[in-house]
Amino acid sequence: MSGEIRLKIDGKACSGLKGETILEVARRNEIWIPTLCYDERLEPYGACRLCLVEVKGARGLLPACTTEITEGMEVRTSTKRIESIRRTVIELLLSDHPDDCMTCESAGSCVLQDLAYRYGVKRSPYAGETHKYGILNGNPLIERDPNKCVLCGRCVRICEEVVGAGVYGFVNRGFDAIVSTPYDHSLLDTPCLFCGQCISACPVGALTSKISKGKGRYWDVKKTDTICPYCGVGCTITLWTKENRIVNVTAPIDKGVNKGDLCVKGRFGYQFVNSPDRLKSPLVRQRDGSLKRVSWKKAVSYIAENFARIREQYGPDSIAGLASARCTNEENYVFQKFIRAAIGTNNVDHCARL
Amino acid sequence: MSGKDRVVVGLATCGIAAGGVSVMEEIRREIKKRNLGVEVAETGCIGYCFAEVLVEIQKAGMPKVIYGEVKPNDVPLIVEGHLIEGKILRDKALLIEGRKTPEADFLKKQKRIVLANCGLIDPENIDDYIATGGYEALKKVLSGMTPEQVREEILASGLRGRGGAGFPTGQKWNLCAMAQGKDKYIVCNADEGDPGAFMDRSVLEGDPHAVIEGMIIGGYAIGATHGYIYCRAEYPLAVRRLKKAIADATSRGFLGKNILSSGYSLDIVVKEGAGAFVCGEETALIASIEGKRGMPRPRPPFPANKGIWGMPTNINNVETFANVPWIIRNRAKKFAKMGTVGSKGTKVFCLTGKVRRGGLAEVEMGTTLREVIFGVGGGIKEGRKFKAVQIGGPSGGCLPESLLDTPVDYDSLPAAGAIMGSGGMVVVDDTTCMVDLAKYFLTFTQMESCGKCVPCRLGTKRMLEILTRICKGEGKPEDIDLLEKLAIDIKEGSLCQLGGTAPNPVLTTLRYFRDEYVAHIRDKRCPAGLCVDLVTFHIDPEKCTGCGVCLKNCPSGAISGERKKPHVIDEDKCIKCRECIRRCRFDAVYTV
Ligand SMILES: Cc1cc2nc3c(=O)[nH]c(=O)nc-3n(C[C@H](O)[C@H](O)[C@H](O)COP(=O)(O)O)c2cc1C
Ligand code: SF4
Ligand code: SF4
Repeated sequence: MSGEIRLKIDGKACSGLKGETILEVARRNEIWIPTLCYDERLEPYGACRLCLVEVKGARGLLPACTTEITEGMEVRTSTKRIESIRRTVIELLLSDHPDDCMTCESAGSCVLQDLAYRYGVKRSPYAGETHKYGILNGNPLIERDPNKCVLCGRCVRICEEVVGAGVYGFVNRGFDAIVSTPYDHSLLDTPCLFCGQCISACPVGALTSKISKGKGRYWDVKKTDTICPYCGVGCTITLWTKENRIVNVTAPIDKGVNKGDLCVKGRFGYQFVNSPDRLKSPLVRQRDGSLKRVSWKKAVSYIAENFARIREQYGPDSIAGLASARCTNEENYVFQKFIRAAIGTNNVDHCARL
Repeated sequence: MSGKDRVVVGLATCGIAAGGVSVMEEIRREIKKRNLGVEVAETGCIGYCFAEVLVEIQKAGMPKVIYGEVKPNDVPLIVEGHLIEGKILRDKALLIEGRKTPEADFLKKQKRIVLANCGLIDPENIDDYIATGGYEALKKVLSGMTPEQVREEILASGLRGRGGAGFPTGQKWNLCAMAQGKDKYIVCNADEGDPGAFMDRSVLEGDPHAVIEGMIIGGYAIGATHGYIYCRAEYPLAVRRLKKAIADATSRGFLGKNILSSGYSLDIVVKEGAGAFVCGEETALIASIEGKRGMPRPRPPFPANKGIWGMPTNINNVETFANVPWIIRNRAKKFAKMGTVGSKGTKVFCLTGKVRRGGLAEVEMGTTLREVIFGVGGGIKEGRKFKAVQIGGPSGGCLPESLLDTPVDYDSLPAAGAIMGSGGMVVVDDTTCMVDLAKYFLTFTQMESCGKCVPCRLGTKRMLEILTRICKGEGKPEDIDLLEKLAIDIKEGSLCQLGGTAPNPVLTTLRYFRDEYVAHIRDKRCPAGLCVDLVTFHIDPEKCTGCGVCLKNCPSGAISGERKKPHVIDEDKCIKCRECIRRCRFDAVYTV
């Protein structure tokens, strides 16, 4: 292939294209390099310093996430120096992190927990001042625990780069740097769309779904990939179920048209599934105003009879059709065909236009 | 200049802080009252910071005289004695043209290129600058040199960036000139965030046109379309003078559209920064100019390729630009004759701390530390003993007496564990505790860390905590190893050079003054007698005359004793404020 760049990572011959980073090529070749601030949906950031690698001939260590590959490059992903820095980074993060894995929502899917496990860091040798921030949950969906934040900036960046809402930013400096909203306002008073993309980006338990709280963690739920029923985009979602009830919805980063992105409905709008108000069969309104449960067959013929009667009596333009955004393009096509060809009117529209 | 008598007052920030404005008012009042036909002018800082307020008198038929430490009530004497009666007031005179005075060494041992005009011309008057050869270099460049020739000249001069890293300026200009982009930016880094550094401020306040001329020449050399001067808002006088200088240069056709009819155009805007140390780092500076939070990003891409708004951008320090007109006027060869093999020209240092003559010292590269501190600076104050010098501010290192013969250049200082940095030079004597000094610099860097990367944000905080407990006598034997390991990991692991250099003060004090750390930890003793938790205060009965000064001034009533008999300090009541040490005229109070 033309334009192919060849390099060696830990002695293994690898190749990639111009513009690809060491991290991308390493991952493709199943060479593990730890990261915390890296999210493949976002521009590389180079902040956590876990992915530092040694490149032959380079001055100092380089972050694999931002360093582009070059022909003949020789990379070492694990040396004594590198591992010392990685361990120090983990120890430093744990020195200002609550000892809360027992009850943390993210236990089991937390990058920091995995790293501490892998490096066998039980207790940080750098015990010192720790932060005691209040939990921020003055909204129905997103809970923020700044004590657990590792300042990777993934929430800040996903909200800016992908969502375009720019709700979060960094404030203060040094040890007291923290992620916040403008003037520390509640998310309700910001342009937040409650899409929960920030939750999907957070590698630790600093951003979690309020409605999933206490309902089941990564390891004790069943995970089923499916398609979101809300609209025609057809995002791939993962339903987390426990005791046959949905307790959380996430999106796999490597699948589907959405590649890990979701909107507020897809991520949080699943409660209708187990709602007692949910319609499970057709109902026909009776003359006294009450609703009667009928079979699908009965309901369809009831509609057909009455449409035919109304069309006969008042003409086709007395009927209009309004389609739903939850339908696919194909379904919407069939729907307008039905209204135009079968009913004989152009009175057809779609809720997305309203 | 006419043959008229002239009085010039140094009104840079340092002069103003020392009371220069009231001295100026007093001079105007005196001159008006006596109806003297004398011209009164102001100037920037000449660098005699230890002797502010400075007043220069130029009287026909007499040598120029600079008076130091002038107070408003000295003014009538100077006006009457010198201006009217023509007598030099010897005890107040700092410098007398053509004569030897004790403080003349301060200037004589320097080599002034960058500071040549500072304290001599009126920085707000473009004609003063032009009269010293100002804008000649620009004319020479625009009328007879191609951009490549300009870059070659700068490369040949060997000029290296004065902002800290010492990157060859000509090479940097070449990189930016090669880069493609619709727009190109030339930026002057005037953030100067190091505590104890004020050389850039002095140049901006004392000779703003030199920096602007350097920028225009640089802009032409790389093909820049826009210019920014990123100056901290805490420098209001510098900002005002820069804005005036830009306006004046524009009205004379040195700046703006079609400069001197050459076809080259450049505009320069002053952007005020909110004073974060990290905003001096070039990628953070770019973010700040773009209106974002000042946080560094990894390089590459370097600003030369991707800078402001993604366009090629060249960033140089104030002093770097101020060297450029001189090099063009005097040729690269002459510049390259000064200095060492790898470091050419001069460097301006801010001499502060326990040195006798603190101020601006511009010396040839390769001058030894001893020459700077003892030659220019006149040695240690109050006859005390030199202990160490911290070079390069909080990013630099602390060098001991045994290294005083180290030449100041880009190669020798790093070899000793320090850096040239921006040129801060803090001299400390035997009353300074080295652990406490390291703690002081760490306090600054951990506070100024932008918080982006883990080693710097959390690592410097933890280092500071370890240093704090050592100073309190609570250090553990393993703390020295822990500090050293953390320091190295932060140095190699941080994203930008704020974190990358923050451990230097600790690493160098550990290297050269390790025994002081050990004394704090093992013996619970502070050898310099400074760490309050580790010292007790005593009065030597042999030396005490019983004068009672300490007793009267002790804020906690810890001292007792009859008049003319030795006094004693009650350890339980003493709050260790050091007031007695400061007050005792017989050196009778000591610490253990
Ligand atoms: C934390 C930090 C602070 C800095 N502050 C300044 C500064 O105040 N002024 C400056 O000129 N350079 C500063 N620098 C260096 C700049 O990043 C850059 O190297 C310099 O402006 C380039 O100019 P030069 O090549 O003329 O030296 C700083 C660097 C770091 C890492
Ligand atoms: S809240 Fe989570 S995603 Fe956001 S900066 Fe903190 S750790 Fe990173
Ligand atoms: S080293 Fe410090 S200042 Fe530089 S990016 Fe990291 S946290 Fe910010």
